[in-house]
Amino acid sequence: MMPKPDQRQDEENLVPVSALQHYLFCPRQCALIHIEQQWAENGATVEGRLLHERVDSGVPDRKRGVRTLRTLPIRSFALGIYGKADAVELHGTGSTLIPYPVEYKRGSPKPHHADEVQLCAQALCLEEMFGCAVSEGALFYDRPHRRTTVQFDQDLRDLTQKTAQKVQDMLAAGKTPQPVWNKGCKHCSLEAICQPRRLEKPLCVEKWFLENLED
Amino acid sequence: MRKHLNTIYVTTEDAWLRKDGANIVVEVEGKERGRAPLHLLEGIMCFGRIGASPALLAACAEAGIAFSYLSPIGRFLARVEGPRSGNVLLRRAQYRVADDNTRSVLIARYIVAAKVANQRTVIRRVLRDYGASSPEASQKALQAAEAWLTDTTRRIVKVTDMDSLRGIEGEAARVYFSVFNLFIRSEDPAFQFGGRSRRPPLDRVNALLSFLYALLGHDCRSALESVGLDPQVGFLHADRPGRTSLALDLMEEFRPVLADRLALNLINRAQVRAADFTCHEGGGITLHDDARKTVLTAWQERKKQEIRHPFLGETMTFGLVAHMQALLLSRYLRGELDAYPAFIWK
Repeated sequence: MMPKPDQRQDEENLVPVSALQHYLFCPRQCALIHIEQQWAENGATVEGRLLHERVDSGVPDRKRGVRTLRTLPIRSFALGIYGKADAVELHGTGSTLIPYPVEYKRGSPKPHHADEVQLCAQALCLEEMFGCAVSEGALFYDRPHRRTTVQFDQDLRDLTQKTAQKVQDMLAAGKTPQPVWNKGCKHCSLEAICQPRRLEKPLCVEKWFLENLED
Repeated sequence: MRKHLNTIYVTTEDAWLRKDGANIVVEVEGKERGRAPLHLLEGIMCFGRIGASPALLAACAEAGIAFSYLSPIGRFLARVEGPRSGNVLLRRAQYRVADDNTRSVLIARYIVAAKVANQRTVIRRVLRDYGASSPEASQKALQAAEAWLTDTTRRIVKVTDMDSLRGIEGEAARVYFSVFNLFIRSEDPAFQFGGRSRRPPLDRVNALLSFLYALLGHDCRSALESVGLDPQVGFLHADRPGRTSLALDLMEEFRPVLADRLALNLINRAQVRAADFTCHEGGGITLHDDARKTVLTAWQERKKQEIRHPFLGETMTFGLVAHMQALLLSRYLRGELDAYPAFIWK
């Protein structure tokens, strides 16, 4: 696909693919990371980082005849996103090589669709860059140590598209949403920075301060 | 919960710091003197002539570990900064408020009110712990100062212009420091406090306070930088090139709680002695090397003590409180809170 004439201007407005996943987990987490540039590590994020450090060698390899591109830079102007794919396998032969994204994830498959959306976002980038249809990819979870195949059907494509739009709107507005406390908060490494319980329905500070000044 | 991490203080001149795997190694004259995993560190502070390898500096910048050089008496000289440079939108919000005196006062008056309330708490604790055994005149002076400061906190929260606020703050400081000598239990006349002096400190108590304020200022600066605020643009303290005005603002709430109380403990428990100080020609007084180590150890211990955060209601170490206040300030500036909940210690 030929780059559009205003490609350079569009490049400025691309948002990271990882922001889509953060947004689906929690819009405020996404804003804290991508607007407020806050980051905190916990056990889970360290495990995830180490896993990717092992996977992201950047060196293409070939196993059972399938060539794999590692840490491939990707982008889609249609969705306004950019990022890196852990691994993209090239399936098929000769002139009909079809990219097949594989994303490595710690833990086990999750009930929310954040991982699927992230993979689908990669697929949409690959479609735009390679000029072909990408209908399938895989998530590789370390527990169980196994691949889960993901079909990029219309529903998933729509959800991915919609999420990309919401992320772009939020980042363009530069406004961090108020927290909404839920069970997921205790697994979030940004909980201390977010303070969901205290700031969900913030106290009237003025009243609190004056009361505490007395006695 | 954000973890309370350690700060390494390196005071041995000509020490060499390097990275070994995921550790920091401290060498003196080619011999390994200490080693610690980087992931447990929040900061590294070097006092005096200390070298560090580029690999270590890069690792600190990457991991957000504050690496600073200070003069032997604790004056800030330089620091290593990584690529994460905070949130420009937050800084813009900070600048907008700082440019607007009316809005700045709304933050500054709570900071000053909390500081004065915390000074009052220091006096209350002295009265509680030693009141009965003090001469009547001392008790009366302490009670009068306590009452005046309590009354003053009520005045401060209603102040609407910065000049009046700075005036009242100065008055409160004079009242508080006028009874500071009564907090000191040491019989040694070397620990007579002669009123606050800074450039240079003219007595041992001032020398100790100045050193502790330098440590506190450094921690406040790191706390502000970690949430993405600009430590140079303050509300109570006006801009002055080279001055970290917002760090000075944030420090105000903690001076009585962290620094003053610790100085008093060190003196009253005879952990620092008259001979731990050098008296320079011209009257300036500074801490000796060995005494600096004692103070740094006590400072670390103080920061490990747990308290319940008055606004957040969570238990945390004292060392984390500056981070939490910086965070709450950023939340106020971003419009999530109706006011800045300054730190009130009881």
